[in-house]
Amino acid sequence: MTKKPWISLSGIGVFAVLLLAVAPLVLSDHWLNNLGKYCCWAIAAVGIGLAWGRGGMLVMGQGVFFALGAYSMAMHLTLETAGDRVPGFMVLYDPLAPLPMFWEPFRSTGFTLLAIVLLPVVVAGALGYALFKRRVKGAYFAILTQALAVALATLISSTIRETGGDTGLSDFKYFFGFVLNDPANRLMVYLIAATLLIVCLLAVWQFYRSRFGELLVATRDAEERVRFLGYDPANVKLVAFVVSALMASIGGAMFVPIVGIITPAEIGAAASILMIAGVALGGRASLFGPALGAMAVGWGQSSLGSTWPDGWTYILGLLFVVVILFLPNGLSSLPARLMRRQRPGPVEPPAPAIAPAELEEVKS
Amino acid sequence: MDALIAPLLNGSAQGALLLLAALGLSLTFGQMGVINMAHGEFLMIGAFAAYLVQQVITASDLSIPVALPVAFVVAGLFGLLLEVTIIRWMYRRPLDTLLVTVGVGLILQQAALQIFPSQGVPVEKPGWLDGQMNILGYNWPLRQLFTILLAGVCVAALSAWLKYTSFGRRIRATVHNRDLAETSGISTRTIDRLTFFVGSGLAGVAGVAASLIGGTNSQMGAQYIIPAFLVVAAGGIGQLKGTIVAAWAVGLALAFFAYWTTGSLAQVLAFILVIVFLQVRPQGLFTVRTRSLA
Repeated sequence: MTKKPWISLSGIGVFAVLLLAVAPLVLSDHWLNNLGKYCCWAIAAVGIGLAWGRGGMLVMGQGVFFALGAYSMAMHLTLETAGDRVPGFMVLYDPLAPLPMFWEPFRSTGFTLLAIVLLPVVVAGALGYALFKRRVKGAYFAILTQALAVALATLISSTIRETGGDTGLSDFKYFFGFVLNDPANRLMVYLIAATLLIVCLLAVWQFYRSRFGELLVATRDAEERVRFLGYDPANVKLVAFVVSALMASIGGAMFVPIVGIITPAEIGAAASILMIAGVALGGRASLFGPALGAMAVGWGQSSLGSTWPDGWTYILGLLFVVVILFLPNGLSSLPARLMRRQRPGPVEPPAPAIAPAELEEVKS
Repeated sequence: MDALIAPLLNGSAQGALLLLAALGLSLTFGQMGVINMAHGEFLMIGAFAAYLVQQVITASDLSIPVALPVAFVVAGLFGLLLEVTIIRWMYRRPLDTLLVTVGVGLILQQAALQIFPSQGVPVEKPGWLDGQMNILGYNWPLRQLFTILLAGVCVAALSAWLKYTSFGRRIRATVHNRDLAETSGISTRTIDRLTFFVGSGLAGVAGVAASLIGGTNSQMGAQYIIPAFLVVAAGGIGQLKGTIVAAWAVGLALAFFAYWTTGSLAQVLAFILVIVFLQVRPQGLFTVRTRSLA
């Protein structure tokens, strides 16, 4: 999309320096930890930007994939903390409760890391294949993904003996052998999360420049034309959806050691919508918009959300209404808009992010 | 026999409630392609309207029949307000409308949380709904029968209105082919507003029914919107019969799954069932045939 790729690339570079070098020097441990949490949401948001901003698939259930990564990681850390014994919350109700079958493989570090990567790929692949090949799209796709997030959160809430239920999984002491209480190790966990965010940004930067990126945008704007040109839009969408699911899973996996707890509330409908909010605010189709927007919303959620919860909900609601109504391409489109207003004359046509093709969906 | 009759009757009542919630949604979605995520909150508004009516008319025998039309009008006016202020600007972006109405829903929920007690308010059931009816050895609560009757009345009224009145004809024409309807001299803007009023009003009626069965609180709308949309999706848009059959089927599925397993697992299974069903029939049970590509 961008004509000068090095501008975006140097932007990522500046971002990397800020996150990896400046932030650890300037911020206190507490705020660094918070920043790490925002990085995790930002990783998921970069994926949403890919699927929704570029691919036109409104993924309202990224909490599902966030959960796959988060719970894989949390189960491993819980087992690591418990050692040879059965985790504490399981024996709360029945002192002789055995470890559920599906927990057993998560003792292995390799399996856990593999699960964080493969589980979302398999689940999103199967779901996406089923839906896209049947040409399920638009609002149907959005609500179905949201329904899955609701279903998974309900399922986890109700299986208190196997997954910890509403109280979730917490009290992790070790992170792959490192003591989590140690500030040095916490810094390391933060750096891993920040690095992963940079890697994800680089990945989508390359995606957007590639032929695949062009095809994805084409599919978003005129799916039928892409089909008539001989491509299968389902495959294009599938790849974007799977990659976005993978990013959500990675974000979830890093969320667990940084925040120290994972509950169904972090993955359900409300949490999934919160992830969307950041992407919408920052600018769904831009490179940095989703990540920065998610960080801003994350900051609002953890600061305003706890000190002024009533007001925060209003702000969040208004954010959806105002941003999407007046600034569908988010804050990232604001500079270009202002510039255009100041310099009337021969201007480039506005980016067709909201394609006329979407009109066709009305009739479907 | 009891193992079959109890979930059958409970499921039918649950399906009727889902039908009430989905009826308005299918009307607005079918016509405008707009998913109104604040529909659940309109349902909540209807339930709170029933509570407020009860504060004025204390005799609960009388207050519920009064509350039904009041809830219809109040929720309908909220819907009209939403259409006039926000949705009218967004008909070209249906997917974005979904997100905007999510925001509206959040605001309405929070407002309800602050206006009313956070634990919810009690809506008194009228005396004539207290009893039970013995059906083949199962004591069926009368209020479930009331929900089914109410859903039946609403469906009958709506379909008669759509079929025999001139407004109904114009709505159907707009659903089938918006451009042609407009060319034929129908003011689709007026029709859109009217549809939104009626659709939202039906959510209000559903809210009164829901307040008699479950609690009335600021969160109640959120739990109906996803199942209601799944019903609309499974039923197919543009026709009432699909919504009716799908609502009943989902209600029965929920009740039977809950009977065999647990309530929360039943929800998960019902969701999966609908998704699998959409694999077989992505357009839903019944559809209006069009030649559009999308």
